[in-house]
Amino acid sequence: MTASGQRTIVTGVIGSDTHIVGNRILTMALEAAGYKVVALGALTPAVDFVRAAVETRADAILVSSLYGQGELDCRGFRDLCTEAGLEGVLLYVGGNLVVGKRSWEETEQTYLAMGFDRAAPPGTRAEAVLEWLGLDLAQR
Amino acid sequence: MSAALLIDFGSTYTKLRAVDLAARRVIGSGQGPSTVATDVRVGMRAALADLERRAPKLPRFRYRLASSSAAGGLRMVTIGLVRELTAEAARQAALGAGAKLVGTFAYRLTASDLERIAQLAPDIILLAGGTDGGNMEVVLHNAAALAASAIDCPIVFAGNRAAADDARRLLAAKTLACTGNVMPEFNQLDIEPARAAIRQVFIERIVHAKGIDRAAAEFDSVLMPTPAAVLEGARLLADGLPGVRGLGALLVVDPGGATTDVHSVAAGEPAPGVIPQGLPEPRVKRTVEGDLGMRHNAAAIAEAAGLQAIAADAGLAPARAAALLAQLGADVGRLPANAEETAFDQALARAAVRLAVRRHCGTIETLYTTTGPVTVQRGKDLSRIDAVIGTGGALVASPDPRAVLRMALADATEPLALKPRSPRLLLDREYLLYACGLLQSVEPQAALELALEHLVALDQELVDERTGQG
Repeated sequence: MTASGQRTIVTGVIGSDTHIVGNRILTMALEAAGYKVVALGALTPAVDFVRAAVETRADAILVSSLYGQGELDCRGFRDLCTEAGLEGVLLYVGGNLVVGKRSWEETEQTYLAMGFDRAAPPGTRAEAVLEWLGLDLAQR
Repeated sequence: MSAALLIDFGSTYTKLRAVDLAARRVIGSGQGPSTVATDVRVGMRAALADLERRAPKLPRFRYRLASSSAAGGLRMVTIGLVRELTAEAARQAALGAGAKLVGTFAYRLTASDLERIAQLAPDIILLAGGTDGGNMEVVLHNAAALAASAIDCPIVFAGNRAAADDARRLLAAKTLACTGNVMPEFNQLDIEPARAAIRQVFIERIVHAKGIDRAAAEFDSVLMPTPAAVLEGARLLADGLPGVRGLGALLVVDPGGATTDVHSVAAGEPAPGVIPQGLPEPRVKRTVEGDLGMRHNAAAIAEAAGLQAIAADAGLAPARAAALLAQLGADVGRLPANAEETAFDQALARAAVRLAVRRHCGTIETLYTTTGPVTVQRGKDLSRIDAVIGTGGALVASPDPRAVLRMALADATEPLALKPRSPRLLLDREYLLYACGLLQSVEPQAALELALEHLVALDQELVDERTGQG
């Protein structure tokens, strides 16, 4: 939280993924809702999310992945945060999170097991994410 | 005649340049030993006597301005939060202020870090950490740790603005200057306020602490550390002034005895379609290669470039090159005494310039994504800059400075390095860059025209190639 009480959110597209449009829409929606957004953009290595969150004392990190490699890119993400002293940071992931035919329930479980607090399937609307954030941040 | 005296209290020599401001002419040069360790006035008087010998009947000087890199230079320690972010921004600010970085720290300072800082005995500590409104805990932890320590040098606070008041309270017993955050927003570098604050502390305190003000009768003021003067000179030369065109984007390389300094004044932005990665780079950027020095670090140059390669470049047998290297290590004041030693020095300078410029410039890399290959850039793209300027004794004394400076250029063996492709090659033969940097604070136009007139063009062919003439 900034001194003025504004919540800080880090967004970006992880790994060698250039799909920026959805992430940008989400970033705009977050800003419009009054969050301070640190938008890292496309092609962002996991470690850069963590560095940015440390320096800006972010409340949440929202990771996008659209190209099917998310499972590999996001492995160990929670550990990286813990390592950097971000024990309580809220972690969301969303997009086309796996390749091949897997049920959403299974995919969601995979990411929750990795330490993400929420996973958003393809087609999730920005409003839904804002609602999650409202609920989750209120508890912190 | 309106004249100025420009003084450099260096680590080895006290150097003087007397210039005629109206005629844009160098009246004369003088040199004495550096005597800051004992009494700075001795070296200053010797340099003045030398100047008068070469240029009798000196005019009265309207300005007498000095820079200093004596007594170990401006020794600084920088502290930030994340190594790649605010700690790096703090490092850039200190280097840009002309400091000699003796230590860089990140995250929470530990007891052994504090011990180490005390041992390093810096002249100034730059304390950063957190973006504005971001992390405050670490920078305040570090402020409290410094407050509780015996370290008593001035501290410049350039961290999270929201933590500044608390830092001021914590550090009330120390000499403290608070300035703008080196990284106010994530990935946004703002090092000018910190540079200015460091310079102010330098003028107000360090000049006195180092005993340079004992020669105060001989000058009006010591304005900045010498590397900062060179950087200011480079900035003026690049940008020009209304009515006087500058050289455009440029790079300055200075292979010195202990380090090789590289300065660039260029935006260095990626070419269209290339994606920048990492921290944005300052437009006016200085890097110091602590392992590339023509004398104190000659062995390190050989290690970095390979003694075999240096020997081959000098046309010497490897064993002979090793012997010359050992000789330099034993006698760092040595000047080349014969053709062999000159060739060896030349090869060392070429290696130092090649490595230092490569490290200063950015790189490109191709990443293969599911949507095809993309090119990403780290650091500055200096491939399209307009000029490369060589300065310092090693280049001025070189029998072929052009061959040394050409090492700064892009070459096919390093296709990923964004080194200059076809700049003008210029030599600062009269060692005027620092003088120009000092003079620009009072007479910018005279400073610019003086420097422009005295830079020697080394490579007309390259210019012709670039402009399609010749």
